[in-house]
Amino acid sequence: MGLKRNVSLATALRYKGQGPMLTFVLHRIGGLGMAVFVTLHILASFVGGDIGQFLNAIYENWAFQILVFFCALFHAINGLRITILDLFPKLLVHLREAVWVEWAVFIPIYGLAVFVILTTALGG
Amino acid sequence: MAEKSKTLPLSKRGLNFEMFMWLVTRLTALAMYALILFAIIGALVMGARNQMNLADVLRWGFMPNSTHVQSTDVPDLAPWSTSLWRLAGSALVLVATAHGVHGLVAIADDYIVSPRGRGIVRFISIVFMLAMMGIGIYILWTS
Repeated sequence: MGLKRNVSLATALRYKGQGPMLTFVLHRIGGLGMAVFVTLHILASFVGGDIGQFLNAIYENWAFQILVFFCALFHAINGLRITILDLFPKLLVHLREAVWVEWAVFIPIYGLAVFVILTTALGG
Repeated sequence: MAEKSKTLPLSKRGLNFEMFMWLVTRLTALAMYALILFAIIGALVMGARNQMNLADVLRWGFMPNSTHVQSTDVPDLAPWSTSLWRLAGSALVLVATAHGVHGLVAIADDYIVSPRGRGIVRFISIVFMLAMMGIGIYILWTS
């Protein structure tokens, strides 16, 4: 049995899930990004040699670090919001407010991390 | 009038395998927060405030492996490579791999719906999870 969706891609992209839907999508992207990164990082450390050094050079690039930090920090902070709401279901009525709080926590922490990465990369 | 909760308590939902893994995902997430917080506090106690920047501290927090502080101003790696940190790193590898692989299976289930396909994904996931746990812990204790 194949996978059958009753909505087109165009309709799916217009889905009005708003804030919570955006966090759902970013959580998956962040999780997948970390899974790929961690797998390659572990394998590079295990294999070593030229391949390991090549991959480590990519990890140490500031642009890659900004991407990985986004994946890790967003996944961690959004995951904390999900965990709190799931373990205390009575709070689910405040879902949208919780998402706003989540952004209020994520943006300063991620912004500071990006600032530090960039100033370090630029020799500051 | 307060909105009535649409959720059921755990006792009325039953604890099958899917429910168990749902709970494991949340509990492993909490365990990771605790381990990351432990690593960050440990880093601050060991002098990170004057020797590392925020990004370096977070990198150590996500995986307390001494190779993650090699490029910082930390003068001596010995306190950062004790058995305590190797144990903390090993615990983080175990819970993060279990959490991550289950997350990948959950995503795959959204796109692979045949029982045979899901069975293959589960088999590959279990092999992948055990391999990553073994290699990760090996690296932590030999680096």
